[in-house]
Amino acid sequence: MGHESSVPLFWRLIKPRYQLIGTKCTSCGNVFYPPKFLCPVCRKEGKLEEIKLRKTGKILTFSIIRSAPAGFEKETPYPVAIIELDDGPKLTSQIVDYKEEDLKIGRRVEACFRRIYTDGKEGIINYGLKFRPA
Amino acid sequence: MIGIVGYGGYIPRFRIKVEEIASVWNADAKAIKSGLNIEEKSVPSMDEDTATIAVEAALNALKMAEIDPKEIGAIYVGSESHPYAVKPTATIVGEAIGCGAEFTAADTEFACKAGTAGIQMVMGLIEGGYIKFGLAIGSDTAQSKPGDALEYTASAGGAAFILGKNNVIGEIEGTFSFSSDTPDFWRRDGIEYPSHGGRFTGIPAYFKHVVSATQGLMKKLGLKSSDFDHVVFHMPNGKFPINAAKMLGFDLEKLKAGFVVSKIGNTYSASSLLGLAAILDVAKPGQRILITSYGSGAGSDAFSIKVTDLVEEKRKKTKKIQDYIDDKEYVTYAHYTRLRRGI
Repeated sequence: MGHESSVPLFWRLIKPRYQLIGTKCTSCGNVFYPPKFLCPVCRKEGKLEEIKLRKTGKILTFSIIRSAPAGFEKETPYPVAIIELDDGPKLTSQIVDYKEEDLKIGRRVEACFRRIYTDGKEGIINYGLKFRPA
Repeated sequence: MIGIVGYGGYIPRFRIKVEEIASVWNADAKAIKSGLNIEEKSVPSMDEDTATIAVEAALNALKMAEIDPKEIGAIYVGSESHPYAVKPTATIVGEAIGCGAEFTAADTEFACKAGTAGIQMVMGLIEGGYIKFGLAIGSDTAQSKPGDALEYTASAGGAAFILGKNNVIGEIEGTFSFSSDTPDFWRRDGIEYPSHGGRFTGIPAYFKHVVSATQGLMKKLGLKSSDFDHVVFHMPNGKFPINAAKMLGFDLEKLKAGFVVSKIGNTYSASSLLGLAAILDVAKPGQRILITSYGSGAGSDAFSIKVTDLVEEKRKKTKKIQDYIDDKEYVTYAHYTRLRRGI
């Protein structure tokens, strides 16, 4: 077997992962990322529509990964942060192109397009967004 | 007239100096630096490849063009380091910049001139009335055998150009190509690093094609070397373009604005296009630019571009090539090996 991860799963996530597309509930105004199919606040009364989120935000908290999961061993040590987007939602992402002084709570960051995970030598390359100091 | 609606570049942050590479191979850094006229080269991060670089450059071009990405009808990505042997880079770019699905796409391959070949393809589709806007990109993370002369120059970068007929910052006055079967540089299928013909890459290869394409363009358009304000040739090193300019009778000052090679190396498919972008970053309205690419194997595409009044306003909307050149972090050879070969 030349590859292990699910190709359809990756494919389904391409749009939100590449373009930072979330959903917004038109009745309560809440914005969600990753996109939701049902508004958890308004339930069936809510109506969700796609929204292209701004690719900027700030670091809420971060951690340096020294003992990485499979597929990320060669990248250690690397920072992973919870980022609060300017449009509201929070997400977890690797921080790249940083200097030590950039790793602080509140630091402004912007999304950039990178390889996230490569499925062995024969599998597909998972692309998506990471964040760098803005 | 068909022209450039928006352009953008991208250069990875890491750099390695000639001295650092030379020290590993006990080579004479001073001789190499003067022989190649190069100081350092860009190095991609572990998670960067031709597709990610192409996307970053395309997003910058889109910022300047200020068009709906769904109006882009064609995407061509030229590279000799496409991440997949089979599966296009161009669709990754289309998805990442939000082009929808109604566009034609393909990857082009012609050593270092695959990007300018894409520009010509887009020009044809626009002129034929098939598409409104088209995107052509040159992007590479160039490979070099450890210890080979290429290791001092083979680098990474990308440049993207959105072409169309309205609101252009530069009108493309014409293009001319010169191609022949000249085996000066190649990489066989499944082989990790390219091979080259050493000195054979000069006179019968680079110079013959660059000079012939440029002369052909000038003859076709009735222009002479003094009609151009800025000139950029493919930059495999810092010597060849200077010699080509001398052979064609250009004042060497005209090379200056687009001469990015000594600080970032040879970005292959992006080389002449990053030079053009750097020129457009500083050019004045009314000036005329010559760009001649070169791809081993071998061929050259030459273009004449007349800068319009819109350049000054539109170029403020995106990051300049010089910003990318200045934003850098040096790596050691050990770190470079880790980044490039993932040890």
